[in-house]
Amino acid sequence: MAACISPDGKPTQSGIKLLHALKSGAKSPEGVAQDSGLPLFRVRSGLRELAQAGFVDPKADGYELLPAGRELISSSP
Amino acid sequence: MEEARFPRLGDPAPDFEAVTTQGTIKLSDYKGTWLILFSHPADFTPVCTTEFIAFAEIYGELKKRGVELLGLSIDSVNSHIAWVRNVEEKMGVKIPFPIIADLDKVIATRYGMIHEGQSKTAAVRCVFVIDSSQIVRAMIYYPLTTGRNMAEILRLVDALQTSDKHGVATPANWKPGDKVIVPPPNTQEMAEERLKQGYECKDWYFCLKKL
Repeated sequence: MAACISPDGKPTQSGIKLLHALKSGAKSPEGVAQDSGLPLFRVRSGLRELAQAGFVDPKADGYELLPAGRELISSSP
Repeated sequence: MEEARFPRLGDPAPDFEAVTTQGTIKLSDYKGTWLILFSHPADFTPVCTTEFIAFAEIYGELKKRGVELLGLSIDSVNSHIAWVRNVEEKMGVKIPFPIIADLDKVIATRYGMIHEGQSKTAAVRCVFVIDSSQIVRAMIYYPLTTGRNMAEILRLVDALQTSDKHGVATPANWKPGDKVIVPPPNTQEMAEERLKQGYECKDWYFCLKKL
């Protein structure tokens, strides 16, 4: 069961919040938690789901947006 | 089915990846924060409902101490969702923390939450205090009939975190602001010096100080 990806494969509101937190560049889960106000455990599990769904890319120093994630937040407030 | 085990104090907390009301969560997602993992016997039961409301009420205090809460029972995630919605609708309390749906009992077994003398199918009321390095620091087990005491859970967290921060122990019924116990000396020389160090000493092995 996913919290950041809905059954239709699109990010939920929490997922979109996480994507927005990555708008300015790659960030660690700790940095995303600070910027989004979400608890660290939710950020870690949410970023993992977003990575599995192809919206973000896990890097050694954190996560960064993939084109699908960037496109999605460019069309959502 | 895994053999039932009981974690021991000071051991790494048994690992898990769980389906919860807030998505799939791994124990490692909590690294760097403290975690209270607690089990309850079943959704839609009265004692558990009072406990969930009480846990929700102390959640803010726990967050101030860097502690997250994670519930567990041997129920489905749909049952958990229906129950927390019911608690919000009927009792006006939102449950802000995730609840594990441990239908296959894997996590309950790993944490020794099923005590067959109480029930073969439901978890007893366990509380595991897990620190930011994912070490089991304290455990509480209550029977099915008896709701837990939230003040004691907060007091326990305060005592553990105070011991870590100041290298001290805490006496019976200690609460924040009370004097703490200076660890006993372990050589004769240290015992003699201890009495000159300005602590409130009952004897060489029993000294208190204010923080």
